Amino acid sequence: MIPVVVILIYLAVIAFIGSIAYRRGKENTEDFFLANRSVGSMVFFLSLFATNMTAFAILGSSGQSYRQGIGIYGLMASSSCFVIPLSIFFIGTRLWALGKKFGHQTQVSFFRDRWECNHIGTAIFALSAAMLVPYMIISIMGGGTVLAEISKSAETHQPLISYAWGCAIVAIVVTLNVFLGGMRGTVWVNILQTIMFLCFGAVAVAVIAHALPKGFGDYMGGLAANEKTRFLVTREKMPPRLFWSYTLIPLSSIMFPHMAIMCFSARRVTAFKRTVIAYPIAIMIIWLPCVFLGVLGAAALGKIPDPDGVLLGMLTKYAPAWLAGVLGAGVISAVMGSDAHQVLALSTMFTKDVVSHYGGKEKLGERGSVHFARGFILVVTVLAYFVALSLKEKQGIFEIAVRYAFSGFAAMAPIMVAALFWKRSTQWGALAATLFVAAFLVWTAVMQNSHHPNDVLWQIGEGKEALKVFFITPRGDVAFWNGFMTVVPMVAGSALCMIVFSWCTPPPSQATIAKYFSPSTA
Amino acid sequence: MMKKFLLFLMVLLIYLAHQDLWNWRKADPMVFGFLPIGLAYHAAYSIVAAVMMAILVKFVWPKNLDDQETMAPRS
Repeated sequence: MIPVVVILIYLAVIAFIGSIAYRRGKENTEDFFLANRSVGSMVFFLSLFATNMTAFAILGSSGQSYRQGIGIYGLMASSSCFVIPLSIFFIGTRLWALGKKFGHQTQVSFFRDRWECNHIGTAIFALSAAMLVPYMIISIMGGGTVLAEISKSAETHQPLISYAWGCAIVAIVVTLNVFLGGMRGTVWVNILQTIMFLCFGAVAVAVIAHALPKGFGDYMGGLAANEKTRFLVTREKMPPRLFWSYTLIPLSSIMFPHMAIMCFSARRVTAFKRTVIAYPIAIMIIWLPCVFLGVLGAAALGKIPDPDGVLLGMLTKYAPAWLAGVLGAGVISAVMGSDAHQVLALSTMFTKDVVSHYGGKEKLGERGSVHFARGFILVVTVLAYFVALSLKEKQGIFEIAVRYAFSGFAAMAPIMVAALFWKRSTQWGALAATLFVAAFLVWTAVMQNSHHPNDVLWQIGEGKEALKVFFITPRGDVAFWNGFMTVVPMVAGSALCMIVFSWCTPPPSQATIAKYFSPSTA
Repeated sequence: MMKKFLLFLMVLLIYLAHQDLWNWRKADPMVFGFLPIGLAYHAAYSIVAAVMMAILVKFVWPKNLDDQETMAPRS
């Protein structure tokens, strides 16, 4: 009961902050979508980080570490520590400058202007939205699951808040926050959310260390000494090719529309300086305790039915109830921080890239566009809620779709790099790269669903010497070249399409090239 | 030019250092008595990444973008 009360108080605070932001807001799109490009340095960092980190950083990371061991940190966290700040440094700052100079509010509006195109921008919008929607739905599903888990009675093991109510609470609070406050409400809430989940790991480790009967070293030493569990404290079961492939996945970060749109909202470019330096440290503060506790859970709890619940299991067993509530609020923060930005990004993209672009701007005006965006937010969250309810049993499908989305957005990074840094790049190169990414994702989904684990899709040569170009892994994923992830051919293919088709088609006008590559923007 | 080349080399070396094959099958030494070396290495790697970003900000920050700060957006 206590954790539920703590979380409900926290949710009420979030909704309240949204209402204050509503009173401060102005009825124009620049203010509603980008907080009038006035987000200060510290808030920008906290908000960008909240946008990027989902509940996976806390629950998924510990669950995966419980299954696969410490390698998860290098696989997902330290690779992000390297790639994400670099992409913010090289891409985020340029997007900010172009947005400030030319008024762009989305990636697509930049692409349209940069390559003098119209429907090709719509194609990029369609692929981006298709990859973002499952992510938004799974955030609501995750919120419902966490609230149900945390509110379980110790005696009856029945949740006080059902999954359906949990999803509804998360959807309502996120909707209120975004509907009322737009970007301003979202970033204000992010301050509280990010601080909460940054504190989560350190507090959890300290509390659990205090309550455990033995020291951390004893548990880790025990895992290392046992042949069956040794892989958890090494990476002997983690293929190096998979480990390397994962370094391409964080390229997706800056391509996620909610991350790119956040970059437009900073007041000063100096906000990026502190952000890129603090980013790796913040990733470490969240991921290191969660990965460590996931592995520790394997030693302290033994076999559990749901590995993704390892952290909640550790907290329930070793933390006092009120603290479990505060930490649960930290998890919900991570869920809602990114979900709010995803909802807002979808609304921004649909309003600006589709409705305004195809004549709605003249009909609706600035005020009408904000009303339209608010209506869209209501509709999209209600739809997402019902999908989360009706397809609860098929959550795996959305998880797979989100995995595709990471590879898909990573493979769209060459489009952004070309737009920003290559004068000769063209709209046809961008279209070819977009269609390649979409086709590859569809092909991967079809192959995964129509083949069994270990099936070889295409190989060169015969017998033991054969080179497996594409095959299905024992886990059921499509893999490339004897074990690389599909993100490798996707990024390479997308870049190749961009280069070849750009070279074969006429470049944008000199005026446009001069506009985007003048000394102040180059 | 030399400065940019050295910075590029730094970024490349740090990227390569992510693939620490030499730690792959080792759990020991346990850093601080409880952190397996593979995990401690990558935690340190995160700190190195932050230092790398601080160096890049200091030496190759796109100063022309600072001029944009005073510019009003067009809508």
